[in-house]
Amino acid sequence: MILAQGLQKHFGSTHALAGLDLDVAEGTILALLGPNGAGKTTAVRILTTLLRPDGGYAEVAGIDVLKHPAAVRGKMGLAGQYATLDEVLTGRENLEMIGRLFRLPGAEARRRATDLLERFDLTEAADRVTKNYSGGMRRRLDLAGALVAEPPVLFLDEPTTGLDPRGRLGMWDLISALAKGGTTVLMTTQYLEEADRLADDIAVIDHGRLIARGTALELKQRAGGERLEVIVGTESSLERAASVLAALSGQAAHTDVLARHVSVPVASHGGILTRAVRELDAAGVELDDIGFRRATLDEVFLGLTGKPASTETSVSEELPS
Amino acid sequence: MSLGWWLRDTLEMVRRNLLHIRRTPELLLDVTVQPVMFVVLFRFVFGGAIQIAGDSYVNYLMAGIFVQTVAFAGVYTGVLLANDLKNGMIDRFRSLPMSQASVLTGRTMTDLLRAMLAVAVMWGIGSLVGFSPQGGVGGALSAVGIMLAFGFALSWLGVAMGAWVRTPEALQGLIFTTIFPLTFASSAFVPTDTMPDWLRVFAENQPMTRVINAVRDLILGGSGGPDLVPALAWSFGALFVFFPLAVWLYRRRISR
Ligand SMILES: Nc1ncnc2c1ncn2[C@@H]1O[C@H](COP(=O)(O)OP(=O)(O)OP(=O)(O)O)[C@@H](O)[C@H]1O
Ligand SMILES: [Mg+2]
Repeated sequence: MILAQGLQKHFGSTHALAGLDLDVAEGTILALLGPNGAGKTTAVRILTTLLRPDGGYAEVAGIDVLKHPAAVRGKMGLAGQYATLDEVLTGRENLEMIGRLFRLPGAEARRRATDLLERFDLTEAADRVTKNYSGGMRRRLDLAGALVAEPPVLFLDEPTTGLDPRGRLGMWDLISALAKGGTTVLMTTQYLEEADRLADDIAVIDHGRLIARGTALELKQRAGGERLEVIVGTESSLERAASVLAALSGQAAHTDVLARHVSVPVASHGGILTRAVRELDAAGVELDDIGFRRATLDEVFLGLTGKPASTETSVSEELPS
Repeated sequence: MSLGWWLRDTLEMVRRNLLHIRRTPELLLDVTVQPVMFVVLFRFVFGGAIQIAGDSYVNYLMAGIFVQTVAFAGVYTGVLLANDLKNGMIDRFRSLPMSQASVLTGRTMTDLLRAMLAVAVMWGIGSLVGFSPQGGVGGALSAVGIMLAFGFALSWLGVAMGAWVRTPEALQGLIFTTIFPLTFASSAFVPTDTMPDWLRVFAENQPMTRVINAVRDLILGGSGGPDLVPALAWSFGALFVFFPLAVWLYRRRISR
């Protein structure tokens, strides 16, 4: 349903996309994961006809994005990274306007606006101008805007940024339900948990290139499968614990001082847990917790990009341009 | 993209713009309070000092204020377009299967409505302070037609500038520094023949004066005078230049 081949985009000397390949099968959710400035928004803007690439090919719902942008627009819904609402209009007026511009008859546009306002918990605020909406309300209305025409393909750029935990859960349910109903979704996210939980497939991008692709499980296995993890009683014993565990596993230990947490990759379970407990005790390390754990996507990310996913870059990159 | 859809989407955009005006009535100050202020100020402050051969000053003045007002109102549309470009609304429209041209035509059509309102308000207030047109209905309609054509052309200049500038604020300044001198160095408020030669030559040949003179002649019972043809030429010429320029600048702006 969505296809990108060798997408290139330069902004001055910035190489925002350096030959990005993507494909999303019908009725599935692809999460585009990458650190700030990886090129996620640029990719979404190209696929949604807002930006022309310098090179490459893109297709949405079988339509060539570069040759027939108008036809593509009839098949997709977009909720951009920054909410695009008319602040002077009410929530309802915004949705009805979008519906009519989507060629829906007036009555149908009104009906869908009412439905969506209800579904996004905005009924109470429906007839207030959106200037006074909270960040989360804007976000939800923006997403409702993407759904007005019930398009077969949805592009959601960080759909849960700015939502509270309840709103986020609601959004997850909604996106899953849409995909079950046959909608194809391409979403970007900074939250690894979100990609893990929602997406059928995850594409990790960095510096405008695809660097890994697979299900959450596949990516985790690639990052070294399981880890043995301990939490020590006192900070002073962290180093000793790290060296004991590194010796056991034969690989470097990862230490998190604040969490008093040490972990190492392990190849198999066989006897390693009891040995670890015995040797840590012998080394005088007091344990608060010990156990096996599959690598988190955070660790996957770290392994693939060399930087943690949640690292904030400079503030200027966060601002809309 | 069929003509019918373009028309429907243009009306949708006009409807949005009118909602903005309803919620932010300040958007109408430039076509209501401001021209009224000009009429009253010029009529009573300068009216006594300025002698116009063969007619009252207010009858002379009105054409100038009409044209000045529709010109400013037209160009101002660029500020609103620049706002939409800045706050992402244009991105929203561009992601919809609507006629993309309607984003711009909706703007300029709204301006036409604003200009009509301005003319009606000024005509009314003018009558209250002694404005007595002698051109009859035919003269009045022709005069209004010319003003609106000129204003419409300038709203395409506004669109072009709105697409060109980086911020709405920058455009406010640009409008003030370009249109304001044009209205004063013209026949809007005083006859050009008392101006020094260098200024007079400029004033008599610039488009604002041509349009004002033609409008004035029609309102006061003439048939347009020697400036009618140049006035029409300037208005339609401006439209033929600014329309494609606006479309080109807008396209360039959104494809960055
Ligand atoms: N309009 C623009 N002009 C100049 N540079 C741009 C523009 N848009 C994006 N860039 C640059 O292209 C690169 C990719 O940006 P993009 O917005 O696609 O990243 P992202 O993955 O969406 O990041 P984030 O997680 O912060 O939203 C960045 O270096 C950014 O500074
Ligand atoms: Mg982004």
